[in-house]
Amino acid sequence: MSWEHGIRRTAILAGALVLLTACGQTTSTTSAANAKSAADMGGMSALVAAAKKEGKLNIIAVPPDWANYGEIINGFTAKYGIPIDSANPNGSSQDEVNAVQQLAGTTRAPDVLDIGKAVTLANLNLYAPYKVQTWNDIPDSQKEPTGLWVQDYGGYMSIGYDSAKVPAITSLQDLLGSGFKGRIALNGDPTKANAALNGVMMASIANGGSPDDISKGVDFFHQLKVNGNFVPVQATTATVKNGTTPVVFDWDYLSAAHGVDVPTWKVFTPSSAILGDYYNQAVNKQAPHPAAARLWMEYLYSDAGQNAWLRGLARPVRMAAMKKAGTLDAAAAAKLAPVNGTPTFLTDAQATKAKDYLASHWAQAIG
Amino acid sequence: MTVAAKPLVDTARRPLEGGRRFSLDWLGAVPFLAYVALFLLLPTIIVVAGSFVGPTGLTLSNLTAMNKPFIVGAFVNSVVLSAASALIGAVLGAILAYALVTGNPNGVLRRLVVSASGVLAQFGGVTLAFAFIATIGLEGFITIWLKQHGIDIYGGGIWLFQLSGLLLVYTYFQIPLMVLVFLPALDGIRPQWREATESLGGATWDYWRYVAGPLLGPAFFGGTLLLFANAFSAYATAAALINQGSPIASLLIGNTLTSEVGLHQPGLASALALVMVVIVAIVMVLYTVLQQRTAKWLR
Repeated sequence: MSWEHGIRRTAILAGALVLLTACGQTTSTTSAANAKSAADMGGMSALVAAAKKEGKLNIIAVPPDWANYGEIINGFTAKYGIPIDSANPNGSSQDEVNAVQQLAGTTRAPDVLDIGKAVTLANLNLYAPYKVQTWNDIPDSQKEPTGLWVQDYGGYMSIGYDSAKVPAITSLQDLLGSGFKGRIALNGDPTKANAALNGVMMASIANGGSPDDISKGVDFFHQLKVNGNFVPVQATTATVKNGTTPVVFDWDYLSAAHGVDVPTWKVFTPSSAILGDYYNQAVNKQAPHPAAARLWMEYLYSDAGQNAWLRGLARPVRMAAMKKAGTLDAAAAAKLAPVNGTPTFLTDAQATKAKDYLASHWAQAIG
Repeated sequence: MTVAAKPLVDTARRPLEGGRRFSLDWLGAVPFLAYVALFLLLPTIIVVAGSFVGPTGLTLSNLTAMNKPFIVGAFVNSVVLSAASALIGAVLGAILAYALVTGNPNGVLRRLVVSASGVLAQFGGVTLAFAFIATIGLEGFITIWLKQHGIDIYGGGIWLFQLSGLLLVYTYFQIPLMVLVFLPALDGIRPQWREATESLGGATWDYWRYVAGPLLGPAFFGGTLLLFANAFSAYATAAALINQGSPIASLLIGNTLTSEVGLHQPGLASALALVMVVIVAIVMVLYTVLQQRTAKWLR
């Protein structure tokens, strides 16, 4: 039975080899993959060195024209010399999570995620806890206590429009008029995209609904559709530029960016319905570049990263603290549209109620 | 073993067959079988299994959800859209194919149309949708040109991004596909049959009613079913055009897989896919039956 021994010996050898390689991997990255802060790795300079050694960062679903991400991506690469692979820029938050799961274990998996609330809370097992150096500046209500996710930037739901093509908008009722025939679009399907869901919710609140009742918003869009005013196309920079969607319900910071292509672009936030929302940032637990992922987090929450978002007219999460410390880009902050009134933020239960209603009513309303 | 019917003349004597010897003939089919197992069987099993899985374990709720009005509506839309585009494509494609057959079989026109059909039948997806958006979209150059001449094609509503728009776009790849699948059947029709009908005193109507009709019928309906399945399973074209409401089944599946507002339900997507598989299976069985009838005449 010597052949059996042979096989057994080979198996043991193979097992030992696997163990060895596994050890080899862990010694080089244990500290980064398990680091809960820069201090865990021996400080920022050690984190920077480890990230440079990995030499790459994978991000996903962040278009360069979204909240000024373009400047942040270039700034990060310029500062640390680490190239960034930006995948599927127009993807949804769920696309990001799907990529984390489907590409797990490959070098193409996303290192960090920028995701909406519902998706964040539904996938808590995918993130590595990490606290950036500026952790204490972030209000407690805007972060998970262990650092699994942290809110990054946000804004208010608004109506952007090309003032050269449509009359000035002073209330939502204006949109029902004949001057808006074939003009009004959402940023996606509200049963799919968070920005679109909030667009319908804003319309609901402005039309006598409440955060608990999105039906008035669905009715409003049904009326837009009946009047021939609703364009069933997803508004993007391209559709705004070529004029297909001259009126768009979207986050104010995304809408404001259209001013670059369309100088006559204006943004209107109805004072009767100020609906706010923040996105969340999280590190992939199985990030192929764990140190670069953490360095990216540090960069996003540094003054440079936060001010870059602000220049994209998004409201960064450290805004209040930076204003106090005097590090906020005051010129950029002055460009934010003033908001008169108390903003509403949807609770988890309200968002769930809204999407359940949309699932069974949206297709009918605009079909 | 009983010898039932022995040929009268044994032309070529076969070597002795060794009874129940293990045959290795199937070896040649292994790559094909492996391919079918990997790309047809395995996905089907995953879909079937997936439709019984919910967020908290095994469940029947995905299948019982199939009677929700918006899901039933999506399937009805899918079936109506596919049937309409298949019928339009089949009729127009058959007429075009017949026109080709009456011409020179080796002529330039025929070769041109056949190769163009081969290309256009595969010209679907995002590129096709983009072609339509760029030409007759809201800001397409034909739309704008017509507008300058006083014609507003969207005066009655923005139909391109709805089912009626999909019908038009689908027809664009359905017609050439019908030409490709129907030409061989038309080529199988011999002029002698018509002459025979006439020499027996039959009129044109009799020829179509009793000879060509029954011969071409199965091929025509088989082609229509193929077109139906083709439209029913299309996703990319629809996804590039329709952004709101997921009105057809394939878009609804896409939405339940990518929704970021909490409607991400892979189990429901599997159940939807299962219903689609069942519908396509029924269509394909019908197609095979018709295909067999057609094949008899085309040998």
